[in-house]
Amino acid sequence: MKILKILSIIFLIIGLSPLKSDEKNETLKNKILKNVRCLICQGQSVYDSESDFALSIKLIVDKKINKGLSEDQVYEFLRKKYGDWIIYDPKFNKNTYILWLLPILLFLFGGAIIYKKILKKNNEKFL
Amino acid sequence: MKNKFNLFIIVIFLSFCFIIFYKGLNTSNNYIPKVNEKKNIPTFKAKEFYSNNYINSEKIFEENSYYIVNIWASWCVPCRKEHPLLIGLSKNKSVKLIGLNYRDNLNNAKKFINELGNPYSKILIDSDGVLSVEFGAYGVPETFLIDKDKNIIKKFVGPINEEILEEIKTIIK
Repeated sequence: MKILKILSIIFLIIGLSPLKSDEKNETLKNKILKNVRCLICQGQSVYDSESDFALSIKLIVDKKINKGLSEDQVYEFLRKKYGDWIIYDPKFNKNTYILWLLPILLFLFGGAIIYKKILKKNNEKFL
Repeated sequence: MKNKFNLFIIVIFLSFCFIIFYKGLNTSNNYIPKVNEKKNIPTFKAKEFYSNNYINSEKIFEENSYYIVNIWASWCVPCRKEHPLLIGLSKNKSVKLIGLNYRDNLNNAKKFINELGNPYSKILIDSDGVLSVEFGAYGVPETFLIDKDKNIIKKFVGPINEEILEEIKTIIK
């Protein structure tokens, strides 16, 4: 009886593991599709669109994931075909450095102004 | 002095914003892909239009010649417009035309070819659009010019016109 119980648990685990992997692939696929721009739609991701282009991209992403490609490899594939624009989260390169650095520079600039003001206030207090 | 400096900073900032928005107004918000970048042709396996047999990309592009890959569909109105130009181009012996039938009904596609003529040396079926994505296309019609080293050297988005046709003829001369 005990052996039967152990065997049924083992079979259950083996039986469920492909389901789990399918679920994992589906989550990864949705994550990628939400980060891929539909190039022929206005402000829609491939995930949200039902256009022919989006449907083809959905199929190809599915195929690439089933082939064992990682998230970054799928993005790289799409980038090679359509350029950086297709990915919502752009890579740091010579075309996007202002986009990445400007918020940091503004933050530092604002921080410096606040720091200077506080320093000035403290000095006035002591005087 | 300090007020003048602040005013100067504000004016500079507002001018900067104005220039950015003004430029934005004049830029099209439609995506225009980089069309003149050299890329290798993808390797693939596709179904042939008439025989229904699978064929490898190496076999399709085996000759030492220029190739044109034209993505078309029977439901695409601009494809109808560019078709006579493709028929004319097919008479040029230094280029071979490959048709990629995109997300189409096979019977309608056959009717389209019977009605307007067949400029293609081979037609491949791309029923799910995956093959077109491998080429970097995003719609129909789209045309790719492939050189003798099997690189995509030009990509024409939209229907072929006389101007594009002349450009192709100059390259393949």
